[in-house]
Amino acid sequence: MSFLSRIMDVKSKAHFSHGGNGRPAGATASTAFQGHRKRSASQARSRVAVIMAVFGIAYCVVGGRLVQYAITAPESVSSIGPADHLLASRPDIVDRNGEILATDIRTVSLYAEPHKIVDVDEALEQLRTVLPELDSKATYRKLTSKSRFQWLQRQLTPKQQSRILALGIPGVGFRPEKRRFYPSGPASAHIVGYVNIDNRGIAGMERYIDNQGLADLAAIGMTSDAKLEPVRLSIDIRVQSMLHDVLTESMAKYQAEAAGAVVLDVHTGEVLAMGSVPNYDPNNPAESAKDGWLNRMTDGTFEMGSTFKTFTTAMALDSGKVKLTDSFDARYPIRIGGFTIKDFHGKHRVLTVPEIFQYSSNIGTAKMADIVGIPGHKEFLTRLGLLSKMQTELPEVKAPTQPREWKKINSITISFGHGVSTTPLQTAVAGAALMNGGKYLPPTFLPRSRDEADAMAQAVVKPSTGEDMKFLLRWNAMNGSGKRALVPGFNVGGKTGTADKVVNGRYAKNGLNFNAFLSAFPIDDPQYVVLSFIDAPKTGEGGGRTAGLNAAPMVGEIIRRSAPLLGVKPKFGEDGSALLVSY
Amino acid sequence: MVSRAERGPVADWFWTIDRFFLAAFILLMGIGFMLSFAASPAVAERLNLDSFHFVKRHALFLVPAIATMVAISFLSPRQVRRTAAILLILSLAAMVLALFFGIEVKGARRWLSIGSLSIQPSEFMKPAFVVICAWLFSEHARQPEIPGNLFAILLYGIVAALLVAQPDLGQTILVTAVWGGMFFMAGMPWIWIILLGSVALGGFAVAYYMFDHVAGRVDRFLTGEGDTFQVDTAREAIIRGDWFGKGPGEGVVKRIIPDSHTDFIFSVAAEEFGIIFCMIIVAVFAFVVLRGLNHAFKERNDFTRFAVAGLVLLIGTQSMINVGVNLELLPAKGMTLPLISYGGSSMTAICVTAGFILALTRHRPEKRATERSLFRSGMVAPAE
Repeated sequence: MSFLSRIMDVKSKAHFSHGGNGRPAGATASTAFQGHRKRSASQARSRVAVIMAVFGIAYCVVGGRLVQYAITAPESVSSIGPADHLLASRPDIVDRNGEILATDIRTVSLYAEPHKIVDVDEALEQLRTVLPELDSKATYRKLTSKSRFQWLQRQLTPKQQSRILALGIPGVGFRPEKRRFYPSGPASAHIVGYVNIDNRGIAGMERYIDNQGLADLAAIGMTSDAKLEPVRLSIDIRVQSMLHDVLTESMAKYQAEAAGAVVLDVHTGEVLAMGSVPNYDPNNPAESAKDGWLNRMTDGTFEMGSTFKTFTTAMALDSGKVKLTDSFDARYPIRIGGFTIKDFHGKHRVLTVPEIFQYSSNIGTAKMADIVGIPGHKEFLTRLGLLSKMQTELPEVKAPTQPREWKKINSITISFGHGVSTTPLQTAVAGAALMNGGKYLPPTFLPRSRDEADAMAQAVVKPSTGEDMKFLLRWNAMNGSGKRALVPGFNVGGKTGTADKVVNGRYAKNGLNFNAFLSAFPIDDPQYVVLSFIDAPKTGEGGGRTAGLNAAPMVGEIIRRSAPLLGVKPKFGEDGSALLVSY
Repeated sequence: MVSRAERGPVADWFWTIDRFFLAAFILLMGIGFMLSFAASPAVAERLNLDSFHFVKRHALFLVPAIATMVAISFLSPRQVRRTAAILLILSLAAMVLALFFGIEVKGARRWLSIGSLSIQPSEFMKPAFVVICAWLFSEHARQPEIPGNLFAILLYGIVAALLVAQPDLGQTILVTAVWGGMFFMAGMPWIWIILLGSVALGGFAVAYYMFDHVAGRVDRFLTGEGDTFQVDTAREAIIRGDWFGKGPGEGVVKRIIPDSHTDFIFSVAAEEFGIIFCMIIVAVFAFVVLRGLNHAFKERNDFTRFAVAGLVLLIGTQSMINVGVNLELLPAKGMTLPLISYGGSSMTAICVTAGFILALTRHRPEKRATERSLFRSGMVAPAE
């Protein structure tokens, strides 16, 4: 018997024995039942397999998601912006000799992720042990806010950072930042300017640098941590510091509201030093006095007073209609349209041109302007850049003001410095054009070589006019109001100006003046123009208030201190030959 | 070592238990206890409790839980069925009681307070319900004239109604998925699959329109708008953890995740122990589910097949929902991670589930007898 048949045999026996146990229709029913069971078992198996497959897919999805999360960069910093933005370098700013005026130093700033702070009260209390200046209310609001990022304190010292780290407060952190530092502080504030907390240039050359494209680069994230080529300025920080000292001292000494001065290279138009007080500390701009913001040298306009007579006289001489030897009748005041033009130092006689300049005769000057005529007057001042906005690198430049319509009375008052408001720097630049052989050079705060300057120079007056003006300035300094600007060895020439101060559009009743002194030295071959002004001084040398007693000594002081540094050789003796004694 | 020659109940248990299952369950509970140290102090501090309040309680729950699991694993399939029947009746009764006398927590009546102990009867209902349904399906498969399927449908209706009444839509979805899976294995005709599928979809639509919080959660999941604080912080924690984690105790985001010790423990695990660790957790769950289904695949006995498949489906689906919510694959739904999350009722109930699985997957001589019977005769050992 084969194996198979034996099995069949066993099976059939079993069937019979089963069926025989009292189940009549057992055989058929049981077979049918068996078949049903087999079917259901195989169906159940395939369906279990389906469920296994479903779970398999689900686990693959979960696994894939986990891998996706693992390769995702942590997003907790995404709300802050790219880290290198805060680390973006600004170029150092250096003076003409390479001394640093502004540089970056690395600091850290403290931030909080409020949603991660566990105990706000505790965190605040601990932070205040290190940073007592932290405002509790504002910080509490920040820490309880729903935001994910809050600056708490910018630009901490390394010591503060390590103390906060030692506190181990969860949810606060540090981000490295660069902070701008200005070693010379307020001395060069108005030129160098300053940056805000986000290292954007807000004023001065800092803002100029941003306007040149640095800010645009930063905005599109094209900044780097790398060191940038420093920006060199035309400033000489030694001269600048002296000038600042003189300004600060003079303002206190003459009890003035403000003072300012500039040293300008007549041949290149470079500003070597310029400043006005009050000013601010760029290292801590927020806490500086409010009126310190104004850069009065470029962003303040003033009626220059008698200083303007320099330009009127130059105009008259340049027109060819007036010669140095001409005389004008200054005996009687000019009456026009209800105004009376008088002289301050009235001589009541016929004056020559040098005398008019020396005695600062309003009548004489007005008559000289009258000879040139209104269109000529306007055109000449425009040529010297006194009626249009000055073009230079500093962003803070105010446009001069002039009468909407020039009438005869306007021309007369403008001839002696009333009716047109100009910035002091602009006035100095126009003065330089008279001193350098008649070339107008836009002022610059960046180094400019003589060749570059010559290339851009515009001839505005005849060389002979320049020569005459040098004579007049020297004459005035020696014999007129500018005596106190004289410095032995350096031939200073200059013109004072004492203007009635304009307050709220009217001339001040209290007798306050705006005093200026426009000078050049050495006057026989001028290298530098120095202009000083002092606003509303209550006193001066010897008790007077006129420009000769305060603005002129300021120029003298600046030249006395800085001329050796500017490379001007002193000449002593009557004819300029060197003396064998030292002063 | 227990001698193989011994024939006592302990020796029997030792030699017949599925050790891989046992190891997996113990491993998951161990991981859960370890994660309790990471996840629960932050919650305890927030509730002004002792830092290790929940760790201590977790340890306290582990003892009866493991004891329950081991004790249940001693049962024979018949005893499993009886235990399940008693447990189902008790838990259904308790659920009805909870509706009337329960403690209202976050707008739902799920908890019943007995003395100082508060229990969640629906947790205990789940394994019992699965076992009883498996029995009903297998009875129907054995003898089609027995209306097992009908009874299973009725039972499901009662359970679902009680869960919706609490309301506890997460559990409803879980129970529905597991019950549907079992019905599917039991040979549900395709017409029924389509019918019940559409009923489930309809139910979901009704839930969407009837319960504001359901609609809100689904909308938030689909659009990513609104208050997604929980899932956002969970994602942040996981991403922060990266492959290898920040290290034990170094988690920061875990401190602000609500329910970090229960529903979002997976994210805490990711932040401190890394995504690879999370993959291991998921792999252990996958192992349990696939091994259980493999048992079911090989199993000759319908009841055991359905019961084991249903029970691992319960653990698998619940873990899948929890992990899915943590990974933002599913709308936010409060569901514990079986065997790992903190929670007395949930842990004990899952140990009942694990115990049932262990009991039903033991090597049994009956199985061999059934195998032989296929060759020998039509004398079939009916399901116990």
